[in-house]
Amino acid sequence: MKKLITLAAGAATLIGTLAAGNAMAATTLESVKDRGHLQCGVTTGLPGFSQPDDKGNWTGIDVDTCRAVAAAIFGDGAKVQFTPLTAKERFTALQSGEIDVLSRNTTWTLTRDASLGLNFTGTNYYDGQGFLVRKEIGVSDASELDGATFCIQAGTTTELNLADYFRANDMEFKPLVFDTSEQTVQGFASGRCDVLTSDRSQLAALRSKLSDPSSAVILPNTISKEPLGPVVRQGDDQWFNIVKWVLFAQINAEELGITSENVDKMKESDNPNIQRLLGTDGDMGEKLGLPAEFGYDIVKEVGNYGEMYNRNVGPGTPLDLERGLNALWTEGGIMYAPPLR
Amino acid sequence: MNDSNPHYEQTRRKPWNDPRVRALIFQAVAIAAVFWSGWALIDNTLANMESRGISTGFDFLNQSAGFGIIMSLIPYDATMSYGRTFWVGLLNTLLVSGMGIIAATVLGFIIGVARLSSNWLIAKIALVYVEVIRNIPLLLQIFFWYFAVLRNLPSPRQSVDVGGLLFLNNRGLYLPDPVAEPGFGWVAAAIVIAIAAVVIIRILAKRRQMATGKIFPTVKVSVAVLIGLPLLAYLAAGGPISWDIPELKGFNFGGGITMIPELAALWFALSIYTASFIAEIVRSGIMAVSKGQTEAAQALGLKSGMTLRLVVIPQAMRVIIPPLTSQYLNLVKNSSLATAIGYPDLVSVFMGTTLNQTGQAVEVVAMTMGVYLTISLLISLFMNIYNRAVALKER
Repeated sequence: MKKLITLAAGAATLIGTLAAGNAMAATTLESVKDRGHLQCGVTTGLPGFSQPDDKGNWTGIDVDTCRAVAAAIFGDGAKVQFTPLTAKERFTALQSGEIDVLSRNTTWTLTRDASLGLNFTGTNYYDGQGFLVRKEIGVSDASELDGATFCIQAGTTTELNLADYFRANDMEFKPLVFDTSEQTVQGFASGRCDVLTSDRSQLAALRSKLSDPSSAVILPNTISKEPLGPVVRQGDDQWFNIVKWVLFAQINAEELGITSENVDKMKESDNPNIQRLLGTDGDMGEKLGLPAEFGYDIVKEVGNYGEMYNRNVGPGTPLDLERGLNALWTEGGIMYAPPLR
Repeated sequence: MNDSNPHYEQTRRKPWNDPRVRALIFQAVAIAAVFWSGWALIDNTLANMESRGISTGFDFLNQSAGFGIIMSLIPYDATMSYGRTFWVGLLNTLLVSGMGIIAATVLGFIIGVARLSSNWLIAKIALVYVEVIRNIPLLLQIFFWYFAVLRNLPSPRQSVDVGGLLFLNNRGLYLPDPVAEPGFGWVAAAIVIAIAAVVIIRILAKRRQMATGKIFPTVKVSVAVLIGLPLLAYLAAGGPISWDIPELKGFNFGGGITMIPELAALWFALSIYTASFIAEIVRSGIMAVSKGQTEAAQALGLKSGMTLRLVVIPQAMRVIIPPLTSQYLNLVKNSSLATAIGYPDLVSVFMGTTLNQTGQAVEVVAMTMGVYLTISLLISLFMNIYNRAVALKER
């Protein structure tokens, strides 16, 4: 009889687990509110994008994107927990619900958008793939790389672009694929490969990790388009809209000249665009299921897009990246957000 | 009538009181529960994936992969399918596992026997080897070999050059590749004939020994035949082999056979690590053979080498085989640590890149698990067959 009870209990637990797995009643927003913090997937460490310091505080542009989402929901940008993920792990972590948002310099591609059950919410950094080579090999252009060995990170669009580029130019290459960007740098530093290839912004970050950064140079060629941005699960349109409009709010804030410094003063502005963004007029927040002042909270806690850029990757930071494509559309770049109305 | 015969009543128990019937029912229920929950698990997974817009099915295996792989035993380029990447990865796994099993077995037997040597120094060296190697995590050893191998090797332009034929640098070991020219068929035929001859010599020698007790120097003669016959054919046919010698072209060497440092590091680490366990298994196997056997062999006048080879080891094998099988299985499964140093094995190529590019985690992981299960079961099967062959036969 005891055995029977054990068996029945086991079966009941199993059925319970399965049934629970099926019931996806709560929306992402509700579960984030219940939990009291946002769960955000980031890289295992990439300066400028997401990198923990020695006290475990995360900084970077991808980290700030998560903080902005948290600020919009809770009015507090600190209510985020970060999950470090490798390129190989990231999509599974999001699909399985381990994280609410994936903000991990992830390239928006058709396959990922259409077949992984994911939605890309926008682009927080426009990038392109480049090459980092040691100065001693004397190469100044990618067309001279025929037969070279490349260190690459596994599970990235980089792997595919490289093969495409070399096939299109009828050249040969040897790919050496590592799990983490840390290992690719080690492979490059030990001389196992001639070239380290990745997104240009990452090359700048990885170069700064070399013992002698001046021994390596980034080639002028850019061989791909890499729009990087946050990703959410499919099937929750409200959550999709929230993450999408947090970034749009930041871009619009920069366009309207609202910064974390002047945001309190801007609250008294007569400009209807500013009033809608800061929640002093209209019901923009309510439409998204957020507090009315979500725009104010984002700018107050994290800043507008330009502030976020300059703080993490812009000129003056170790990465020292010009705005370029990432400047506002009004200033020669392609950062363009739909109107907040 | 029944009332008057209580014994009869007892033997005709109600079915739910019969332990055998009850056992059957409970087992049936348990099996049904297992199958039902398995089915529910699969159905639930598929339904959830469907509802979240994740593609399912094995159609992706026919799509073009579009990424490069540094080493493949079969022709591969980025235009080929994900199905092909599966085979490339699988063959690379089998290559490193096979090389590892052979090297670990040879090294393990030598160390295991050395551990029991009467020479104090040899025995202690073997002891230190076993204790050091088996107590350091394999992953660390792989890293050690990879970086120890890599860091100390020169760049391609400063390669270690052995007679202009063999080159060693941080991209790998480059060896001349033999290319068969017309007339090579004679050499191939000579090799086949030599192997057949060796088999016949062995049988005849055994028969002669049984009949007359005279020992024929089988090993020496076999080696002579195996080398001599193909060599004669090679010379007679006018040297029908040309060598593709590696040459420095641009960044790297081209031509010849390449052994990449990732393969070398993984192979060394797996062999050396597993050998330390095999050594202990061999030691325990030999110690399990009663000392009387050795003494009896010596009393018959057998030399110590022959005693070991003909009397002790065959009896020790019965004890050695089952745990040895486990070590082989461990080695194959441990080869998946390849992904840490970029050796393109099944886990790195298929469960890594392919999974990520297609996003079909369930299918890819299921296939990979299926492969390791199949390899393990096959090794187990062959070792069991061998075990039955060497098992003590009671007549």
